[in-house]
Amino acid sequence: MTGYTGLLSLGTGAFMGVGAYACYKLTTYFPGVNIIVWIVVSGFFSAAVGVVFGLPSLRIKGFYLAVATLAAQFFLSWCFIRQPWFYNYNASGAIEVPTRTLFGIPVTGATASDTTRYFVVLGIVVAMTWLASNLVHGRIGRMWMAVRDMDLAAELIGIQLLPTKLLAFAISSFYCGVAGALLVFMWYGSAEPAVFDVNLSFFILFMVIIGGLGSLTGSFFGAALIFILPIVLRYIPPEFGIPIQSATVDHIQYMVIGALIVLFLIAEPNGLARLWQIGKQKLRVWPFPY
Amino acid sequence: MRAPSGPDVAVGDVLLSVENVSLSFGGVNAVSDVSFDIRKGEIRAIIGPNGAGKTSMLNIINGFYQPQHGRITFKGEMRSKMRPHDAAHGGIARTFQNVALFRGMTALDNIMAGRTLKMHRNFFWQLLRYGPAMTEEVEHRHRVEEIIDFLKIQEIRRTPVGRLPYGLQKRVELGRALAMEPDLLLLDEPMAGMNIEEKEDMSRFVLDVNDHYGTTIALIEHDMGVVMDLSDRVMVLDHGIKIADGTPDEVKSNQGVIDAYLGVAH
Repeated sequence: MTGYTGLLSLGTGAFMGVGAYACYKLTTYFPGVNIIVWIVVSGFFSAAVGVVFGLPSLRIKGFYLAVATLAAQFFLSWCFIRQPWFYNYNASGAIEVPTRTLFGIPVTGATASDTTRYFVVLGIVVAMTWLASNLVHGRIGRMWMAVRDMDLAAELIGIQLLPTKLLAFAISSFYCGVAGALLVFMWYGSAEPAVFDVNLSFFILFMVIIGGLGSLTGSFFGAALIFILPIVLRYIPPEFGIPIQSATVDHIQYMVIGALIVLFLIAEPNGLARLWQIGKQKLRVWPFPY
Repeated sequence: MRAPSGPDVAVGDVLLSVENVSLSFGGVNAVSDVSFDIRKGEIRAIIGPNGAGKTSMLNIINGFYQPQHGRITFKGEMRSKMRPHDAAHGGIARTFQNVALFRGMTALDNIMAGRTLKMHRNFFWQLLRYGPAMTEEVEHRHRVEEIIDFLKIQEIRRTPVGRLPYGLQKRVELGRALAMEPDLLLLDEPMAGMNIEEKEDMSRFVLDVNDHYGTTIALIEHDMGVVMDLSDRVMVLDHGIKIADGTPDEVKSNQGVIDAYLGVAH
């Protein structure tokens, strides 16, 4: 949404939360239904919430819209903490993932093996990336980009701004919702409301900026970088005999990410995706300059 | 005067008529009590000194501004309050004085975006990008390639338009407007800031569009040579008031027009 339609959102974390909580509620009410179905359906819940909070986007843009979505973030976080209905009145205030099976193999909960969970997530990610790529390469993607680049001219060629923006909000929230459900059900196993706080929103924004605005590959690069960085930081220094504490790793991680964002904004606003393109182009014609 | 156009283009019925239209911003009268019409198949020029209300007039025609008074009839239908996308549905396309392209998109995508209204496959086919959606995409791509050939911009298809030189951007913008297959094409200073060669090319394209597709064109232009050569009829505005209307020759010899352009001795 940020990249293609130019709508800046800081509510991403909360929308992921909506997905996770919707999935949790659904699967506890209707345990018999396949969990994959509920993960996808929870995306629709998230999309609906996203559309509601996207309504102001017709009137406000840029930073002001970011603040409006920030309101969504805080409001939803508050819901998850203060409204016990969302976590089924658990004493801990957190949601815990029950065991659910797919074709007889447990895919969620404590008994599911890492490998099955990995492949289920991979499957969903591949499918959704394919759909997203179809979308942005066709008419709808062009409409989004048109609205981003010049909304007056977009209106002039017959694009209605509000439906187009709301569609972007819906799709983006749908993806957030599914991502949130996957995060909790396939990875964490349980989640407190604090997981979906504003930091998560910021991290996702960072991923998108570092990866490259308006590029699907970029999002993957950005996410990979943000997740691989701490791992690299943790394992590389001991190899050279430098002792390093995990708290220090966290600090360094924040510093490096901050520096990277500044660097990318100045040097390559199109992010890793653009570097990747340039790299490919250079290799293709190597050893000639062009 | 321009040579008579091809036999298939008959300058005929009234396509758009503007009656007694007034528009003011606060105390400033941008357009006051202007009436004129545009006939099917003609090239209609609107000229006048800076601030005469030419661009405001175009903005009224395609729905950016709502006039306070007056009536506009397009294709025989009275138009009530409308938004720019309604105008687009009705078949009015437009280019801007300062290019209004989608800068981050390639030339090809820009022109393809112009066909948004012609594409109807719904969201779920778009998701799959298969079957009808793909057929549609290919079919429209064909039409767009024709326009690209027509405007001779083949080699810049894949370039993001933000990186193109000004003259080419203007051409891409014309392409995007053509992709809408409009009944009425509004060109706001299509030759502004161009050198003579580019102007000649652009004039050629405007004439070809008119001949080839039979598109009715209304254009604003400052270069008098271009206006007199291209247009069938010329309207002159000054301070929001219509001071002359007629064939280029009539307008050229009109005393009011000469006064407006050269000033009057007081």
